[in-house]
Amino acid sequence: MTKHTCKLLVIGAGPGGYVAAIRAGQLGVDTIIVEAKAPGGTCLNVGCIPSKAFIHVADEFEKANHFANSSPIGIEVKKPEIDLKKTVAWKDGIVKRLTGGVGMLLKKNKVKSIEGWARFLDGKTVEVETANATETIHAENVIIATGSKSVELPFLPFGGDVISSTEALELETPPKNLAVVGAGYIGLELGIAYAKMGSKVTVVEALDRILPLYDKEMTRPVAKKLKSLGVATYLGAKAKGKAAKGLEIETSDGKTETIEADKILVTVGRKPLTEGWGLEELSLDMNGNHIAIDDQCRTSMRGVYAIGDVTGEPMLAHRAMAQGEMVAEIIAGKNRTWDKAAIAAICFTDPEIVSAGLSPDEAKDAGHDIITQSFPFSANGRAMTMEAEDGFVRIVARKDNHLVLGIQAVGGGVAELSAAFGLALEMGATLEDIAGTIHAHPTQGEAFQEAALRTLGHALHI
Amino acid sequence: MGEHIIKLPDVGEGVAEAELVEWLVDEGANVREDDVLAAVMTDKATVEIPSPVEGKVIWRGASIGEIIAVGSPIIRLEVDGPGNVKPGEEPAPVKSNGAAEPAPAQPEPPKEAKKAAPKPKIEKPATTVAAASAAPQGAMRKEGEAPLASPAVRKRALDNGVDLRRVLGSGPAGRITHEDLDAYFETGGGIRGGGGLVANTSVTETPVIGLRRKIAEKMEAANARIVPITYVDEVDVTALEDLRKELNATRKEDRPKLTILPFLMRAMVKAIAEQPHINAIFDDEAGVVHNYGGCHIGVAAQTPNGLMVPVVRHAEARDIWDCAAEVARLSEAAKGGTASREELSGSTITITSLGAMGGIVTTPVINHPEVAIVGVNKMQVLPKWDGSEFRPRKIMNLSSSFDHRVIDGWDAAVFVQRIKALLETPAMIFIQD
Repeated sequence: MTKHTCKLLVIGAGPGGYVAAIRAGQLGVDTIIVEAKAPGGTCLNVGCIPSKAFIHVADEFEKANHFANSSPIGIEVKKPEIDLKKTVAWKDGIVKRLTGGVGMLLKKNKVKSIEGWARFLDGKTVEVETANATETIHAENVIIATGSKSVELPFLPFGGDVISSTEALELETPPKNLAVVGAGYIGLELGIAYAKMGSKVTVVEALDRILPLYDKEMTRPVAKKLKSLGVATYLGAKAKGKAAKGLEIETSDGKTETIEADKILVTVGRKPLTEGWGLEELSLDMNGNHIAIDDQCRTSMRGVYAIGDVTGEPMLAHRAMAQGEMVAEIIAGKNRTWDKAAIAAICFTDPEIVSAGLSPDEAKDAGHDIITQSFPFSANGRAMTMEAEDGFVRIVARKDNHLVLGIQAVGGGVAELSAAFGLALEMGATLEDIAGTIHAHPTQGEAFQEAALRTLGHALHI
Repeated sequence: MGEHIIKLPDVGEGVAEAELVEWLVDEGANVREDDVLAAVMTDKATVEIPSPVEGKVIWRGASIGEIIAVGSPIIRLEVDGPGNVKPGEEPAPVKSNGAAEPAPAQPEPPKEAKKAAPKPKIEKPATTVAAASAAPQGAMRKEGEAPLASPAVRKRALDNGVDLRRVLGSGPAGRITHEDLDAYFETGGGIRGGGGLVANTSVTETPVIGLRRKIAEKMEAANARIVPITYVDEVDVTALEDLRKELNATRKEDRPKLTILPFLMRAMVKAIAEQPHINAIFDDEAGVVHNYGGCHIGVAAQTPNGLMVPVVRHAEARDIWDCAAEVARLSEAAKGGTASREELSGSTITITSLGAMGGIVTTPVINHPEVAIVGVNKMQVLPKWDGSEFRPRKIMNLSSSFDHRVIDGWDAAVFVQRIKALLETPAMIFIQD
């Protein structure tokens, strides 16, 4: 049995874990990272990146279809076809490049990677089952970055035609009929993608609206797009189980219906991965289903930190990365604390949704006296030239000192605006700061400036 | 429409320059004839500059604290009618070099200006519109609310172990900037004492202008030139107080209430008669002591703006009632800011009284270029041994300073002892020698 000792052991090489390891390596901390699969975690392997590759292909295919039906912009093509096997191979190529890159970065920063499944023996010691041996690692500090997994429905267990987002990114052909259970961002991102690739998509959501995390104003353009794509949505409906040729549901008025489907995609959320790695050996305080942490990502056990999805919502790769960077610096002896102003969340639906900071309702609930206004892309020149006039940018600010509390946007390609939104919130911008920044013309970003101007009561272009 | 330029008038004999201490009108304001536009301060007096015409203020030629030469334009008005200035003519610079040189002559109006500006061209200086559009400063941070700062500022604070909640944010919405953090470091941070007391690290800048500047200059001159000797003795004023009480109780209605000051003034007049060199102006640059026959007694007075010294002229020619009336009138004028330049200058010896504040001894600073100052300390009842028993006596100290360059310690002591004797036996004050 091989025994290792190190100053820092990172369990899980997802976005949180690998960033923590790289940063620790940069700071000269003797670090080992353990991962059973390829580095990159859910995000690089079966999440953010591959789904965006799929969405890109779907968008391109939709465009081509659009051109085939006498498009107004003057391009005509013959009816396009899609070879999903090739798509998957291309996607896998991107994933491989990225995960390989992470491996290189870890190596470059002198982080020792051990491939295998880790299990805690005690708070400072883990046992790793590698391909051909069992190794133990004793560490001064441990970062738990085990991530999360798709939530399974007991009456619709994964397997066969019932798939999670992971399998949805591996299909050989677009299913003829795809039923999506859960109208959260994962279900809608993939549902819209497959609808664009020619599947007949039906979405079943137990709540009475799609994307329940966002307000109605923001989800309206997405609902409109679902309609135009021919996606059927059953709101307030419950999936009951697998039927002979599809999915049995109970509709909002209590009727039982069967939705024809050759694949059933279950996307009802993700839950922290707290099983199978020996959490029971540690007496860590939990907060519901996730590990409780403080503002330095410390758990209830000294020297044991937890970052990323295993610490609960918001389960976002960029949050995990920031936590990982912070914890690495803390372990290297720096004084750090979680003091971020905002973590932008993006929905890569069509149109895209970005939300950074507080929504108007959240701000009011937090006791702020606010002013808020939005600026529509229908009044933005660049949006018109991109055939992306749906959507808007909205700003929420404090009434007394005009400090910007939140920025939201819906629209084609608005994901890239998240950089500006995040920066504005992190720098503590006021409405006047945004209104007083020249935004290049013609860009969608102008809508950001105009939203600030409009909130101040003097928008120029509306 | 024309322009009317108002120049700094001759505000007093021999005055070549004055300091602008107050603007009473803003640019853009409409003024009527005789409205006060500004106040300037000369050697000691404040002079108001009224508007000779009706019009609108379009230019102010100096900022507060600036020294202006007599004859310099200080304000331009837009007036109906031709005004007193040719179009395009530029006002002359107003800054004085500090010397008593005349204001520079008006330059010839440039030819281009004549051609280019057929009408009076009124250039509006930048107004304060910007201020109106600036983000309003918010209310104080609520409890539990995170301090507002950019990530770089936050990191720097963490690296230096600074809790940003303790740093004052000067930016919009109370944002903490790098400069705020610099200021925090410079002042050593807000060191929190016990009991929730917080160190106040703010620094307020107050320009030393106007009367305060005059006082500062005066004190500096006194300290730099004079070699003072301070002599203190106590005076038993029991008899004087009895007399004063009696005089106040029986005075005619039109007579002022007597304080101790007029008695002291009369006693000084008597003492000076025997030692005239105490009542003098020492021109130390020329090396000449000017002994004055008249006793012009300055009486230091605290006013809302600072220390002023109105002067009771020819105290030797005033009786006790007249002295009292004059002191009352002058201190009123000084406190109300209406004292004229003449009333505030020309003293030959000075009295300073902090008696009301308590204090047993002071070291009065001589009112340069005088050579003596008499300070009155607090009067109190003390037990005094009269040879057989302790008796309660009203005791008051006199702390007096003399310019030792021209007055010897012996003379100083003789002078004070003489005043003491007069005050202790007040009848002597009123007996002709």
